[in-house]
Amino acid sequence: MHMADALINPAVGGTMWLVTAGLIAYCARKVKQTMNDRLVPMMGVLGAFIFAAMMINFSIPGTGSSGHLGGGLILTILLGPYAAFLVISSVLVVQAFFFADGGLLALGCNIFNLGFFPAFIAYPFIYRVIARDEYGTLRAWIAAIVAAVVGLQLGAFGVVLETKASGISELPFSAFVLLMQPIHLAIGIVEGLATAAVVAFVAHARPEALFPAQAVVEPRNSMRPVLIGLLIATVIVGGAASWFASTHPDGLEWSIAKVSGKEEVSGTEDNLHKGLGQLQEKTAFLPDYGFKSTETEAAPAEQTAAEPEQWPTISAGTSVSGIVGGLITLGLTVLIGFALKARRAGV
Amino acid sequence: MGLGQWLEIGRMDELGRLDTPAHRLDARAKVITTIVFIVVVMSFPRYEVSALTPFFLYPFALIALGRIPPGYILRKILLAAPFALVVGMFNPLLDHQVIASVGVWSISGGWLSFASIMLRFVLTVSAALTLIACTGIYRLGAGLERMCMPRVFVVQLLFLYRYLFVIVDEGARMMRSLELRSARPSSLRLRVYGSLVGHLLLRSMARADRVYRAMAARGFDGKIRALHRASFQWTDWAFTGGWTAFFAIARMWNLADALGRILAGGGS
Repeated sequence: MHMADALINPAVGGTMWLVTAGLIAYCARKVKQTMNDRLVPMMGVLGAFIFAAMMINFSIPGTGSSGHLGGGLILTILLGPYAAFLVISSVLVVQAFFFADGGLLALGCNIFNLGFFPAFIAYPFIYRVIARDEYGTLRAWIAAIVAAVVGLQLGAFGVVLETKASGISELPFSAFVLLMQPIHLAIGIVEGLATAAVVAFVAHARPEALFPAQAVVEPRNSMRPVLIGLLIATVIVGGAASWFASTHPDGLEWSIAKVSGKEEVSGTEDNLHKGLGQLQEKTAFLPDYGFKSTETEAAPAEQTAAEPEQWPTISAGTSVSGIVGGLITLGLTVLIGFALKARRAGV
Repeated sequence: MGLGQWLEIGRMDELGRLDTPAHRLDARAKVITTIVFIVVVMSFPRYEVSALTPFFLYPFALIALGRIPPGYILRKILLAAPFALVVGMFNPLLDHQVIASVGVWSISGGWLSFASIMLRFVLTVSAALTLIACTGIYRLGAGLERMCMPRVFVVQLLFLYRYLFVIVDEGARMMRSLELRSARPSSLRLRVYGSLVGHLLLRSMARADRVYRAMAARGFDGKIRALHRASFQWTDWAFTGGWTAFFAIARMWNLADALGRILAGGGS
């Protein structure tokens, strides 16, 4: 799920770069505060370990396919969120540079999607809550699977939101979501199984190997990472909303590029209705999925609501996606808020 | 990722150690120029194709100056292509408006934006790959640190890179011995997988411990000292300034269009 540069616009890429750079700086300070020199080589070697672990596959029971470790969750279990976030970031930097796996402009998005969610959401609010301090028990297995699934679902949703906000891919929001989420449900279960299997083995074979992590994990009654997470989520909601809003003629500055590009295709504006009608037919290209009806309902609304002033080829899903995306992200922040409250009560 | 890819990464490492005009430039100059390049390329409207072509000059120039084998970069681009291809493919499927015609063929917006996506993909990926191929991770790390990247992170990046080969070798050895001892080596059961990867993890951690002791014995204080030049030289300024100016010009005027009106003749 590494995003490529070619599908991201500079506004989205730049915003996520800033967010990620802030998180890296924050985590770097936190790691420095632990004053544990031993952590430095440990982080480096564990990053390398993730690469090596990706080469080793296991067969998924009941299917013909195989899976491997993804990395985010196991690093967080071993190192705690701050150090793990730095390790995940460095792994993604190396992947971007040496394997062209994810681009430079998209690096911020990728680090956020694959690092922030497992380290700061899935681990503290799901894994720790379910697994407590157990390793290798049923609890721990369930915790790993649920945490991996949630982390990857959020990450995949981040990919969808960021791609949609960039407006380069024509893929309708609902189709994209239905494409990404089920795939990452499967990947999440595999990742959870792999993580739990490795952690269970280590806990059984050399339990003390898991202790350095305990020393490194900051006291979790610190609310700052959570508040930062909320802040970032807010920024994304705000940003996403404004990007969606900017499909209107009086949108934000970044849509100037779109407006200037419009001159080239001004001759086809008469075709807008026809085009939208066609589009409406074509949105049924995945008829098995449930979103077809919402798409077809939404398209006429789009026609009446936003008339020819608009960029002619805005897909019918865009305005819907703005609303749906905004609502879901809002729901996400509310959920985080609840989790925050629950934790405070629990501590 | 297979072993073949690791040989490739080793090749990239060798390229990064060369000494050519492109390698001698300050890492910061190349990083800044590459970022400007990518942002400018991605700031074009979605149907732009012809105006993007002049931007190939930048990766081509770096490949030439840095004596990087172009076929190598091309192969890596192809390896990375599937994601952009899969997502981009939906554009022709969903956007059927005819917005241009060349002779008897009419081109839908979807195909045009798809072409644009793939072009941008090749441009941005080749820029990133050539940047690392003509800088190398150590110079890049030193450059990043001087660009106010937190030191802990830079150290982490360099450590990761340093131990990548060692740990991956370790993993490859384990896989090989497993393959030699088992009948169906390609698919491990989860239990076996857990203990295999768990062992790899323990070995990695033990290695980290040894590394730490060795480093502590040699006076490690959390800082990797890289040999780097004192300042930006005039060549670095010229490189960054010149390319930025070129990008600005190519962004404002369609150079390909101006050069030969053939391409854009069908575009409007």
